[in-house]
Order: sequence, then C-alpha cells, then structure tokens
Amino acid sequence: MGSGDIVLEGRGLFRSFGPVEVLSGIDIVLRAGEVHAVIGENGAGKSTLMRLLSGHLEPTKGTVAIDGVPCTFRGPVDAEHRGIVLVHQEILLAPHLTVAENIFLGREKRRGLILDDRRMNREAAAAVLDLGADIDPTTAVERLSIAQRQLVQIARALAVDHRVVIFDEPTASLTPVEADALFRVIARLRERGIAVLYISHRLAEVKAIADVVTVLRDGRLVAHHDASELEPFDMARLMVGRDMSNLYPERRPPPAAADIVLEARDVSVPGFVENASFVLRKGEILGFGGLIGAGRTELLEGVLGLRPSTGEVRVNGKAVRFRTVHDSMQAGIVYLSEDRKGKGLLVGQDLRTNLTLSALDRFRRGPLIDKAREWAALDRAITAFDIRTRRRDINAGQLSGGNQQKLLLAKSMLIEPDIVVIDEPTRGIDIGTKAEIYRFIAKLAADGKAVIVISSEMPELIGVSHRVVVMRGGHIAGEVDGARMTEAEIVVLATGVAAQAA
Amino acid sequence: MTHASETTVPRPGGGFRIDLKAAAPFIALAVLLVFGALLNPNFVSAANLLNVLTRCAFIAIIAVGATFVIASGGLDLSVGSMAAFIAGSMILIMNGMGGDPTIGTIALAMLIALGIGALCGLANGVVTTAGRIEPFIVTLGTMGIFRALVIWLAEGGSIAMKDQELRALYRPVYFGNVFGIPIPVLVFLAVAAIAAFVLYKTRFGRHVLAVGSNEEVARYSGIPVGRVRTLTYVVQGLCVAVAVLVYVPRLGAATPTTGLLWELQAITAVVIGGTALRGGTGRVWGTVCGALILEVVGNIMVLSDLVSEYLIGAVQGAIIIVAMLVQRSMSRRT
Repeated sequence: MGSGDIVLEGRGLFRSFGPVEVLSGIDIVLRAGEVHAVIGENGAGKSTLMRLLSGHLEPTKGTVAIDGVPCTFRGPVDAEHRGIVLVHQEILLAPHLTVAENIFLGREKRRGLILDDRRMNREAAAAVLDLGADIDPTTAVERLSIAQRQLVQIARALAVDHRVVIFDEPTASLTPVEADALFRVIARLRERGIAVLYISHRLAEVKAIADVVTVLRDGRLVAHHDASELEPFDMARLMVGRDMSNLYPERRPPPAAADIVLEARDVSVPGFVENASFVLRKGEILGFGGLIGAGRTELLEGVLGLRPSTGEVRVNGKAVRFRTVHDSMQAGIVYLSEDRKGKGLLVGQDLRTNLTLSALDRFRRGPLIDKAREWAALDRAITAFDIRTRRRDINAGQLSGGNQQKLLLAKSMLIEPDIVVIDEPTRGIDIGTKAEIYRFIAKLAADGKAVIVISSEMPELIGVSHRVVVMRGGHIAGEVDGARMTEAEIVVLATGVAAQAA
Repeated sequence: MTHASETTVPRPGGGFRIDLKAAAPFIALAVLLVFGALLNPNFVSAANLLNVLTRCAFIAIIAVGATFVIASGGLDLSVGSMAAFIAGSMILIMNGMGGDPTIGTIALAMLIALGIGALCGLANGVVTTAGRIEPFIVTLGTMGIFRALVIWLAEGGSIAMKDQELRALYRPVYFGNVFGIPIPVLVFLAVAAIAAFVLYKTRFGRHVLAVGSNEEVARYSGIPVGRVRTLTYVVQGLCVAVAVLVYVPRLGAATPTTGLLWELQAITAVVIGGTALRGGTGRVWGTVCGALILEVVGNIMVLSDLVSEYLIGAVQGAIIIVAMLVQRSMSRRT
C-alpha cells in the first residue's frame, strides 16, 4: 500500500455504547500524503471510528497512536492541538457572523485589546482563495450557498496547523461541480503531505480520489484495499456483504399516453423560479435534476402551497389553487422534504406521534385520538416499511437516517396520496436502504400513482426515472428521456455549458 | 446495529420504567410537604392544606393556560394585567346592569368575562401569528395596554362591586365549599382535568405539541400552524377569565395592582412542572404541582421562622433556577 510515513493509526479499536458494541477490533493506518477512504453502510461504525480518531470519543479498548506513540486525547481540542482536524458533515457556523469572523471564531487575532479585523479578513480571504473559491470575507455566512458554507467550514478547520484532516461525508450537500472543487482541495492537501481520512457513501467519488479504502460492516473491519484494485461495484458488494447489481429495480416501460395527473403552467416562485411548466402522468416517475439552488425544491414547494407562487396548477385537468400544504394533501399530493430532521419529522417526539401527524383525522373517535389504532398503525408501518428499531417508544431522532426516511415514507403514505413528491429520497442513506427505497418508488408508480423525484445524484435520477426535467437558475432548462437520459446530457442542461471535464 | 431486532436486543427497563423527569415535581412537592410537617405540625392540618390549595387556585388556573402557550413554543407575559382588566370590566358590567341582583346577573357577567378573556387571548394570538412578531414583544405590549386600561377604568383608584346584595350572592364562589372542598379548588381541578384531556387526547392537543416541537415540520405536515398558535392564546385568555371568576368574589374589587407579577408566577409554575420553555412538551398536572409548590413554600415560610417571609419572592426565584438545573442534568443523562 502507501509509502508515506504513518501519521495516525488505530490499533484494535473497540467502542461500546452501553451493552451495544458498535466497533469491534478495527485497525487503521493513515499515512502522510495519502487519501484514505472509509466506506460502509449507515450503522457500520464509520462515524464512531472517525470520532475515536479525532478525540470526540475514547475507545473502550485499543489504542490510537500518533507517529507510533500511543496517546489519549482529552477531547477534540486536544486532538486539534496535535494536528488532527475534523470537517463536520453538518454546517456548524454562526449564520449572522461574517466569513472571517467564523473562520477565526475562538481564535481571534488581536492587536492589544482590539480585534485585528483587517488582518483576519485578509487571512480569511487568502484561506478561502486557497480552497479555490472567491468569497468576500466580510459577507455574513447566512448569505452564502450551502457549498460556500461548506468551504468556509473547511477553511476554518484548516486554519489550525494540521497533519491529518478528516472529512465526514463532505459532498452530501454538494452538486457535482462543487464536489469537484472539493476534490481539488483534497488533492492539494495530499500534495502537501497531509494525511486525509475521507468518509463517504458515494463510491464513485471514493474510487476517484482515494488511495486506500477501508470497508466496515456492522462494526467490523471487512477489508483494506488499494483503491486501484476496487471498482465501485466491488466496494458496494463488500459493504453490504451481498451482490448489489440490482440497486435499481427493473425499469418498467413509461406509461405511453396515460392521463396527466399534475400540470404546472408558468409557475413562478418569487426569488427562486420563473415561468416553469411541466406535466406528470399517471404511473410515471418524473425526475427533477439540476444544481443545488436551481430552484427544484422551491418550484415544487410553490406548486404545493408551501411557498407563495403564481401561475396555473391543474390536478387531473382541474385548475386548483393550493394556499397551504393542507390543501394539496386534500387533493392527494404529498411532499417529502429533503430536510428530514428540520421539516419532515419531529425528532423530539416518538414514532407514533410522527407517523400519524399528517393523518390524525383518520385516527379520531369523536373528539378523541384513538391511541390503540395509532399503535396498530405503527406496527403495520414497521413491518411494511422494514423500519429497524429496537423499541417502539423511542423518539424519531434516535432512528438512523435510513429508518427516518422509511418512517417519513410511512407517514406520507397514511394520507393515501395519488401523487408523491420525494425530495432527495436517499440523502445520507446507506446503500442497502437505498435499494429498498428505489423499489418502493417503483412500486408506487407500478400501482398507478405518480411520483416526482428531486435528486442531486445523477445515477439515482437516471436509475429510477422515466423522464428527467433539468432546472438551471430558476428556469426549466430542458427535459431528457430514453436514450438521452445520460449524466452528460443532464450536466450540460444543468450547467448550461458543454461538459468540460465531467 | 442495523440488524438489531426485537429478539436480540433486550428492552431496557421493561414496561414499568418511571419517567423521572415527569415525576420530579411531584417528588419535590412530597419532600416539601414532609419538610413542612416536620417544621410545624399545624402545616399538615386539613384547614391549612385546604387554605394553601385555595390560595394557589388563581395561579394554577392561569398556569394551566400558560402550559398550552408554552408547549406550542409561545409565551404570554400579559396574563397578570389581563386578569386585572377582565376583573375590572366584569365588576363595572355588574355595577352597570342594575335591576334585582340574581344568579342570572352573575351568570351573565361571568359569560361576558369569559368572552373578554377569549378576545384578549385572540388579540395576543392574532398579532403574534398574523403580524409575525415575537410573542415576548407582543405580550409585553399588551401587558402594558391591559394594565393601563385598568388604571384608566379605575381612574387611578379601585373598582369595587357596589351592590352589597350581589356581593353576598357571589361570595360563595370563593368562600364556599362542596363537601368540605373549597369551590376554587374544585374549579382548578376541573380546569386542569379538561386541559389535560384536551392536550393529551385530542387532535388540537397533538397539534399544539407538534407546533412547539418543530413549527416547520408541523407546517409541512399540513397542520394550520397559525391557527393552532392563536388558539393556544385563546385558551390562555379563557383560563385567565376563569381565574378572575373565582378571584372577584374574594375582595369584590379590582385595583391597579390586581394580578401584579402573576405572569411570572404562572411561568414559574409551568417550568417547575416540567414543561420546557422551548416548547414541544406540556405537562398539565406538573403545572398544577408547580403552582402548589410555589404556594407551599410561601406557606412554610409564613408558618416557620427559618427565613423572613419578606423573602418569599427570592425563594421562589431560587426555586425556578434550581428546577431548571435539575431538568438540565436529567435531560443530559437520558
């Protein structure tokens, strides 16, 4: 394998939470100038391993060693002092503060008693520029795009002296173009002799940027491999422990001339979308592609009454005006937000409350809520959607990402919709669960419902949709289907330029 | 982890796991009662305990309403001033009705008082939701408005019931009892029981908790967030009015200082009772318990010489801080 000096290593790492052992005997070696990817399904122990190596957790058994010397971190700050920095998956920035203020938060530069803003702005601009972005350091973070925030977060992590940089699913909210910029950042880190630990679900990008791949499954080490030896397909098989050739369900022919169930004409959402039109047919899966910020989510939210919008919407040929999402639910349309924890589920409430929230009317007996029927519905949902939970009475926030998505699906199906709109159906979800969700989407369409899938994952759009509408800058840029439904075609439409290198 | 199923993973605690967080206020109350009994045997006499229950009725009833507002993620600072305003208006209306004083006169005045309470709550709710203004600011404003209206109605003095006959007729609502239980106690138990029913068993109650838990999730789930929010303020207004119905016969008057600082006591009772100020949980019986704790502490201070009773406010202030610290440490553990 790699040849650089060993910077950080874990030897025989174990970690338990209460009686549950989530990591069992993991060995891992990070070398200078090497990108080391860790892959595995949700719950495989990736995050736990990462937290052990970055001082957020202590191992129950086993040692972490820097330069071959065993050490115990007294916390993440201690690990940072020793040159190990972690780039979190979530954006942990103060939205009202500027880019520079965030980058130097907690380690402000001063001149005497006074903050040296000029110096901090200068250094912040340089740090961001170093990552290949040009962001004014005096901009408030809340005015940045998600991708820009991610870059600021990386700049903040790299502002301390570092020898090891750990990325936790950094591309989860990035579009392909933005992800490419990140990969260039990682390549530069490698050139500088930094050891990079990269955690991701996206196997194609792991293949593209990693030197070494470690596969975890159920808290155990499955394999270490040179990335050059593995194709994404092999990685998936190692992660899941079975053949994953059938990730996407068999494609059924698109409905030939089925009835149009939903039609949008010249829909505008102020500030986001202008004059967008599309049709959705019965039994069809319609994909919505484009870069983040292209207005896909906003368009659908506008159509469904979640945002103010203008234009004409027809359901089954009848003109409708949805003032609230309650109206669109009454019309048989349900929307599953991409933001599961922020808009989809009450993470602080239990599974039963979440499941029945949109359909409480179906669980009423006079003025009362019939809890027995709610519990029965939860039991049915757990079976039907294969929601894996140890107990029925936990909070939704305690489920893994994949199981939260299944719960959200179950919740949405309770209102018995005819049209289902799913925004980023598999974001942050492991590959095994992905396959289940794709099968479910295919079954919805096969059962005669109509489905809209908004996704930034092009293989997913192409894998499940009959047709893909691509948006760019608030407009519908075009539509592809059949043989034209390729990544290259979609990228051209999404970016407006012929794919330079993609 | 992903493959854990019900058969391989034990259910920790089984079915009879006690929710320590919910039980904490009741345990605290029990400890206080024992402590009081040890200090002064008179404390546990039936007469004294009934007196304590009666005295805490106003705050308890108002705090039950506050439980709805706070559970939905709101806040109402105007309840004390609102109580004074409703009391003053109700007395003026009774004074103005004339005719022979009958039960009907009082009943009508009561209905009007409830209507005024509902309208005051509606005003708070509509301004908060339609105007998209922080409830803290809105109710800070209405707190000043209601208080000034009372002072204006009373022309700086007090508003008293003029008709002595009517006064005598209304008196039992505060001083009377049914089978030895004072009527204010029965009223606050009834209000709490209805509130618990509404909050835990009905769709509205579920929506209140959902809105307080996460407003966006509630909106995306098709819940009319604005209406639910507004209704919690109406519930609060109704509860304030009910408290006023019991309060008016006690003194037969409203003054510019009526209900002063009640809002803080009500919020204290809610928070001591285990309802999180950030919303999403609501514990009606905890709130009742919180109101009792406040009154019992005051009572113990009066009956014993441990601390000057002039320091009651300080002790109550300390209690809310301690209660929050206890809640914090318990939620860390889970």
